[in-house]
Amino acid sequence: MNKKYTIKETDGQVLNVVVHRHRKKPNKKTPKVGKLKTILKSVREYKKPSLLAPFFVALESLMECIMPFVIARLINYLQAKKDVGMNANDMRQLIIISVILLLLAMLSLLFGYLAGRFCAIASCGLAKNLRRDLYHQVQEFSFENIDKFSSSSLVTRLTTDVNNIQMAYNMGIRTAIRVPLMMTFSAIMAFVLGGRVALIFLALIPLIGIVLFTIVKCAMGRFNKVFTKYDALNASVQENINGIRVVKAYVREDFEKEKFKKAADDVCENFVAAEKIVAWNSPTMQFAMYTATILVSLIVSRIIITTHGTQMNVGNLTSLLQYGIQILSSLMMLSMIFVIISMSIPSIERISEVLSEQSSLTNPAKPLMEVKNGDVEFRNVSFKYSAKAEKNALSNINLKIKSGETIGIIGGTGSSKTTLVNLISRLYDTTEGEVLVGGKNVKQYDLTTLRNQVAVVLQKNVLFSGTIKENLRWGDKNATDEELIHACKLACADEFIESFPDKYDTMIDQGGTNVSGGQKQRLCIARALLKHPKILILDDSTSAVDTKTDAIIRRAFKENIPNVTKFIISQRISSVMDADKIIVMNDGKISGVGTHEELLNTNQIYREVYEIQNKIGGAH
Amino acid sequence: MAEAKKIPPRGPMRGGGYKMSDVKGVLPRMLKLLFQNYGLAMGIILGCLVISAVAGIVGPIFLQQITDKVITPALQDKLPTWELELTKLIMIMISIYAVCLVATTVQTQILARVGQRFLNKIRKDLFNKMQALPIRYFDSHQHGEIMSYYTNDVDTIRQFVTQSLIQFISTFLSLTFVICTMIHYSIWLTLVVLLGATLMIFITKKVGGKSSKYFIQNQKATAEVEGYIEEMMHGQKVVKVFCYEDEAKEKFDQINTKLCNAATNANHYGNTLMPIMHNIGNIFFVILAIVGCVLILNNVPNLGVMIFNDDNKFRVVGFNTLRVGMVVAFLNMSRQFSQTVGQVSQQVSMVAMALAGAKRVFNFLDEEEETDEGYVGLVYATEDENGKIHESAKRTGLWAWKHPHQDGTVTYTKLKGDIVLDQVDFGYVPEKIVLHDVSIYAKPGQKIAFVGATGAGKTTITNLINRFYDIQDGKIRYDGININKIKKGDLRRSLGIVLQDTNLFTGTVMENIRYGRLDATDEEVYQAAKIANAYDFITRLPEGFNTMLTGDGTNLSQGQRQLLSIARAAIANAPVMILDEATSSIDTRTEALVQKGTDELMKGRTVFVIAHRLSTVQNSDAIMVLDHGRIIERGTHESLIEEKGTYYQLYTGAFELE
Repeated sequence: MNKKYTIKETDGQVLNVVVHRHRKKPNKKTPKVGKLKTILKSVREYKKPSLLAPFFVALESLMECIMPFVIARLINYLQAKKDVGMNANDMRQLIIISVILLLLAMLSLLFGYLAGRFCAIASCGLAKNLRRDLYHQVQEFSFENIDKFSSSSLVTRLTTDVNNIQMAYNMGIRTAIRVPLMMTFSAIMAFVLGGRVALIFLALIPLIGIVLFTIVKCAMGRFNKVFTKYDALNASVQENINGIRVVKAYVREDFEKEKFKKAADDVCENFVAAEKIVAWNSPTMQFAMYTATILVSLIVSRIIITTHGTQMNVGNLTSLLQYGIQILSSLMMLSMIFVIISMSIPSIERISEVLSEQSSLTNPAKPLMEVKNGDVEFRNVSFKYSAKAEKNALSNINLKIKSGETIGIIGGTGSSKTTLVNLISRLYDTTEGEVLVGGKNVKQYDLTTLRNQVAVVLQKNVLFSGTIKENLRWGDKNATDEELIHACKLACADEFIESFPDKYDTMIDQGGTNVSGGQKQRLCIARALLKHPKILILDDSTSAVDTKTDAIIRRAFKENIPNVTKFIISQRISSVMDADKIIVMNDGKISGVGTHEELLNTNQIYREVYEIQNKIGGAH
Repeated sequence: MAEAKKIPPRGPMRGGGYKMSDVKGVLPRMLKLLFQNYGLAMGIILGCLVISAVAGIVGPIFLQQITDKVITPALQDKLPTWELELTKLIMIMISIYAVCLVATTVQTQILARVGQRFLNKIRKDLFNKMQALPIRYFDSHQHGEIMSYYTNDVDTIRQFVTQSLIQFISTFLSLTFVICTMIHYSIWLTLVVLLGATLMIFITKKVGGKSSKYFIQNQKATAEVEGYIEEMMHGQKVVKVFCYEDEAKEKFDQINTKLCNAATNANHYGNTLMPIMHNIGNIFFVILAIVGCVLILNNVPNLGVMIFNDDNKFRVVGFNTLRVGMVVAFLNMSRQFSQTVGQVSQQVSMVAMALAGAKRVFNFLDEEEETDEGYVGLVYATEDENGKIHESAKRTGLWAWKHPHQDGTVTYTKLKGDIVLDQVDFGYVPEKIVLHDVSIYAKPGQKIAFVGATGAGKTTITNLINRFYDIQDGKIRYDGININKIKKGDLRRSLGIVLQDTNLFTGTVMENIRYGRLDATDEEVYQAAKIANAYDFITRLPEGFNTMLTGDGTNLSQGQRQLLSIARAAIANAPVMILDEATSSIDTRTEALVQKGTDELMKGRTVFVIAHRLSTVQNSDAIMVLDHGRIIERGTHESLIEEKGTYYQLYTGAFELE
């Protein structure tokens, strides 16, 4: 999705800007300034370096502006002695000028060094704060907020977008001062030295400015278009890598090559068209510089000769040309800054979007800090994932569950089983009606209290990189090793953990890829058990566990945590058939509630699923 | 087989420190590739660069000439025709600049083309190479790594070709000219400049070395933070459920601060290199002026290499006295010199990165391709009344193996779908055999099922039949022909495969089904969709068969994707089928639908089924129960139930197939 695009500055410095490209046009309604402000709030403790950096940049630029002036004096001085020859006295004069120059160079070096230092501190600091703010903000997000942004988009915002802003800030606080300063100073010096002759540069500025900015604008438009195609090209490569078995199985190698060739050639020619526009940059600059050089040389030479060197001298000519080139390069830099800023605007927008997002769930003013028991009640509950959604994800749910009951929930994909249980721990708020836990509306509880009492083993569960112990202690930070082992025994995880060489200290890879699906699920169950909840929700959490172990886990629950209300969502009838109550979900509605026998008689969906699975034999 | 592909490291995690010695031979190879394909264009670019470089030197000289030959004498009233002389010189300057401008324009325009086309070529080379690689390569490499060749590495090459390379060439040229001119004026002063340049290079190396240390630290810290972000963002819901926000913040703040420190150091060096170089240049400028003047004052004889002296007499080495005018000219040149050296120093790290990237690309291009020594081909056939097989140009519904012999005769064998695995041993790596002594006899039209736990070797067997992998020992025969003798493409064409991972491609539903047979008519596509039980849901999609699928069909449910991949196999209409069935992620009722689709497909064909649900297995002609790469039980459903072995336990639910 990202493309590193490199821009060459006139002084040969090279910037890498990671451009993030977006399919969506930035929202024009909200003013960009406001978004920039949101970002700049994160500068905080780095205000000082943020100000010191431009300050030293200014000083450095000043030195750089003065230096040509002194150099011109040095050259003039030497020129004057050209025919007379030098003597020891002249040498002293020369040394004075030289010392001044040396001092200036040293100062410039010092200022440049400091500017670079502060600039690095400021930009990296801003990046750090931005990452921190984003990260902390996301921690406050509700499920709804997370769904809205999606995990991978949040990752991009925290990484690529922050890097873009860091880069732009690094460039920005240096060049924003340097370029206008150099330009102004050079212009002033040009006028001081050249008088009316300097008007040549002034005339060239708008001319070149317009050309450069037109080039940038045209090219950016084109690039944005190509980038979309380029993304698609890369996506097709990715597709081919992932689907290589299909490609090879159907012997479609040549077909794919041809397809890729067409797409790649198209991208290439589009890139060429865009690059060709950009390529006009340097001839334009050269043209400007050459024109200026020739005009200035011609005019100044005439002035010198006709006024017999009274108005101007040769030294002036060289310096004037140098200032002129300075002005024009600044112009080039300006167009580059324009590019960098334009490129970072989408990143700014994306980051401020996250930073200004309000969590859709808030703690009540006077929260309840205790959950009395595991009673759960749904009163006329309806739920939509977004206000705009046409269809309710849940409609008209009424349920009453007593503490300690085991509830099985069964239903096809998309029947809102997960949605139903997510309302219990207030991962989402109901659209209509209310959910009660321990006799109180879930909205009255302190969120942490509620979630500590309602343990959920999510369907898409995740283990984190770290040891098994560390992962388990997510449930209870202070759990003793005995408690860990006990929970694992309940979840039938102890046995396989003990079979690992490092046992409970076994490292889990990122995403838990080094344990099998069933093992992962059992670890997740143990982790949830360690919270000692009043309500335990297993959202299809034993799908990869064999039926025998599954049954053992359920028996262990019954014997060891009889007072905990247990919700078990499953595709397998065998996992729910011995529950106190089974809820059959269909299309966001409760199609039937009852025991296994009752449902077999009364509920057609339940019977159908049972028959299919029973025909198979126990598995699945 | 690596079933779970790890999340590929994000950009900065890759590489690490770059050492020139690691990339030996990469530069010549890249240049060779560049010049071989774009020789003419590169030649023109080089020519233009030479012109630009010459103009860059000649321009200032003419400026000097204006001063020396026009202004100075005119001021002393020695040149009454100064106006004419001035015009002449200006005209020369204009023409030089004009030529230079043209050269620059031509060079940049051509470069824009060459740069992109070169990349395009590399991209296509990569892709073609990728298509030619064996499945083994994809199983043993991270997909993210392969992807990064196309993105990051191609990009660094782009930067190298369009920027660094050109800059190096032009720098080299102008340095050569500058040094020549400098030597022409004065060897002594040249030595001073060279001393300065040496110092600059030394500092670049010093600073560069330091900065690369910080650079690596920065990369490491970035990788850590980005890895953590990646992990936590994807586990954010778990964080919420466990109220783990505070701990998550604390850990993040720690590594974030670490990254900030590393990044500050790395950026600091990056930011200060330019001012350092710039001002060292300035300092040497001053030193040069002083040295020059001291030399003049002390009347030190100047030594210069000159081709033509002022009196137009050819001399190689000349002694004269150093004049102030020479020093002035020299000073200007030394500025140019230090600027150029500074610019090059900026490019060094870029080049190192580009070469490292190019090396990875070249390594990929040098990977060993899938070989094919097969010579038996698959042809459409007709059978005459005598039972004799004839080759046909059209699709007839009948296939035959075309077997050319050494004596030039050709025999045709009817494709029946008789597949025999005879005592096959296999390991993905030679040291670790995963299939032991596997023998399977599949008669035409039979259905053979494989059951067993993950890693038992079910998929491996199918990988051997279609030669994604080659066996270590034993034989596989297809209609009596050793499959090693069959052309791989033709072998695979004769096998219809429905894989567990559906892998649809970006395109319409129609195009995705047609993937199975590219010349299928719309009508045939509909027919295939009906066979696969997919027709109904497709027609209910917003745009029916023209609905665009993106990102592996994310807009479809798992079950629907599976049905499409069945339709894709149905249209291929291959005589032998391999079905790797859907997993438990589909609910029971959808599974029943998928089941109907596959049942239809299996009719009248030799079928290998990898069963995840035992319902598909019951009516098989033979069921192979695999465990740790061995067939531990085989037989029909009834006989296996009777045996009361592993299959029985699976069937009664005591074990789970994972």
